[in-house]
Amino acid sequence: MYHKEKSIQIKSSASALYNNLSVLRIAPRCLTYFTVVHANVVNMVSASWDGLNFSHRQLQSKEGNIAASSSLIMQASWCVLPSRELLVLTSQKGIQMYESDGSIMVYWHALDNPETPTAQAVFARGIAAVRENYICVGISSGSVLVFDIPSKGSNVMLSEVLEEHRDAVTDMASECSGSLEYMADLVTADDSGLLCVWKSGEDFQLLHKIPGFDVSCSSVKLWKGTVAAGYGTGQIRIYEAVTGIVHAEVNAHARWIYSLDIAPFSGLLLSGAEDSLVRVWHLTMNPDANSVEVEHLYSECITDTQICGAKFCDGDGYAFAVTGYDLSEIIRYTQA
Amino acid sequence: MSMRTLPLLFINLGGEMLYILDQRLQAQNVPTEKTSKVMNDIICTLFSKPFMEELFKPQDMYSKRTQRAVLIRLAHSSIMRLNQASMDKLYDLMTMAFKYQVLLCPRPRDLLLVTFNHMDAIRAFVSDTPAILNQVEETYQQLIKVYTPLSDGEFQLLRQTLLMCFQDLQIRVSAFLKDKVQTCSGRFVLPLGGPVPCGSEVPGLIRLFVRCPGEACRGQEVCHLFPSGGAYCGALPEGSFHMSGDRVITLGTNMYSESRPVQTQVSESQNFGQHTKMSIAPNLLAKEELTLLSHLLGSLENQDPDKTRTFYRVNLFTVDMEEEYGNCVELSFQVLNIQAAKDQQAEEELARIVGEFTEKGEPSSSPRSKGDDLLTLMDELQ
Repeated sequence: MYHKEKSIQIKSSASALYNNLSVLRIAPRCLTYFTVVHANVVNMVSASWDGLNFSHRQLQSKEGNIAASSSLIMQASWCVLPSRELLVLTSQKGIQMYESDGSIMVYWHALDNPETPTAQAVFARGIAAVRENYICVGISSGSVLVFDIPSKGSNVMLSEVLEEHRDAVTDMASECSGSLEYMADLVTADDSGLLCVWKSGEDFQLLHKIPGFDVSCSSVKLWKGTVAAGYGTGQIRIYEAVTGIVHAEVNAHARWIYSLDIAPFSGLLLSGAEDSLVRVWHLTMNPDANSVEVEHLYSECITDTQICGAKFCDGDGYAFAVTGYDLSEIIRYTQA
Repeated sequence: MSMRTLPLLFINLGGEMLYILDQRLQAQNVPTEKTSKVMNDIICTLFSKPFMEELFKPQDMYSKRTQRAVLIRLAHSSIMRLNQASMDKLYDLMTMAFKYQVLLCPRPRDLLLVTFNHMDAIRAFVSDTPAILNQVEETYQQLIKVYTPLSDGEFQLLRQTLLMCFQDLQIRVSAFLKDKVQTCSGRFVLPLGGPVPCGSEVPGLIRLFVRCPGEACRGQEVCHLFPSGGAYCGALPEGSFHMSGDRVITLGTNMYSESRPVQTQVSESQNFGQHTKMSIAPNLLAKEELTLLSHLLGSLENQDPDKTRTFYRVNLFTVDMEEEYGNCVELSFQVLNIQAAKDQQAEEELARIVGEFTEKGEPSSSPRSKGDDLLTLMDELQ
């Protein structure tokens, strides 16, 4: 179904972090941007669609305070709002928002780091752009920070802090179908496997809490009112967002899942795990029966590589890209 | 990232060091009691109370240089002295072995079982020495108290932090190559198959829950199978997280034996340029790192009032090596100098430590033939 394309070399290898690949398609310029985190550096690559031109850039985790040593980055992700695109970095020290090409830092939010280190690590992880003007970021304490993003300029405001998670936030996702007919806008996940489903607005409203079962949910997606969640046990679960009804349970991987992605136009679901496998599934909605079909379409083994990032490169799922721990390349697959 | 990495890092690396030393000393026919003197000294230092207390304080990972300096110091806490080449090789072997264990442990929580495997072996090494045995058992209790309450997510963070510490390290180890668990490129082989981790199901099953309209209908479950792509089987029983018992997993047990000598080949194809970039520090932890070093040294001073004792040079590996003893001292100097620039108090501490290194590091005067080193030296031991 898919065949391997020429890989993209990156300047330094990928670290073992959840969702360690972000992809941004810039159609007007026929470019795709990729980011991969390596310790305290973000590797950025822009690749032209003809596969001929690649340009590289590395972002250091510059902190507000120059004297501080540069901290480890937990995640880098592009956030697409109707008015602008931002690159968001989360680290041990805080949250940084850049213009999408990484050129200018627009905003910096520092985390409260205790003077004496405590057993509880401090970091931010989990990034999502929600609706018109919100970017949400998760914190190790379980808080979810909601930032109000102006359509231009740097007047970013922390508008709300959501306190429903008690464990470190792992990932979050906004509705990716682009449709306004679904009530849920955002799903957030944590280390205990708890999922919170939210409706956005001036005050974010908690719609439902889907209890965990003490297994980390490392990656989550929201598509047409349906939640796809990947867990440390290698299982994928499909829920109805607003009720928490389980549609499907898939024993998908033999090791910890690191990344999920959905191609919103086709309903393809991509999963990548530490077992070196990346799999493609097909989700079909059956509204009459209030059920969701899950079908396995394709598996690919990235030999001897614990996968840490897997993302579709387009809305149809025509192509996808994969990264793994200690790997200094982005491997791409395209439908035959 | 995780603030809980140091105890696991040093206990496991220390454990690997002891496996290698034990095997090398035995292979060179060193009498048992002399080997155990070396082993006991190192174990005693590693598990000394102030050192362990320092490790168990919540803190960030150390810089690679400090880690290395501490481990070199540890290796030299006995009468044995290693030249630079032996030390480098020992360090490479230790770190690659632990990287393998961190990478391959089925669940992040199994890192604790890997650590217990090392601890069990260490306990056996000192079974005849009650005082040291006691120190080791206290550390067991400490490990159980601190680590067993952690969630799987916290263990995963810990594992990810350790993996970051070993990132891009791809030295080929002959034992791994021979066992086909490492490829010529230096990457470790990830098996597609075998038992799944505890708490996981064998991949290959899709369960769909179909609901029919109407309250009365409870719906039905439909199952589909898909090819998992590997020969997976059910999970093994969970290993013991207590002071003793069957750990089930073998990662962290002694992989060296008489029939399989310890050797390394250093991979040349790899891109080592990234190493410098990866040493995230020099960070602001310099002071804490120094404290740890000084604890190590402090404990040495206490246990060794007889400052005049002779040190023995050991050539651990049979390959040709340059015998430049001074290198080791230089290295420590370098490490500490970087941190010294930062504060006055640290500088004074430094002077003391560096003095300590040079004082103890006086090379023995008579040059010896490489292969016979250990034997001769060990004969002089008592």
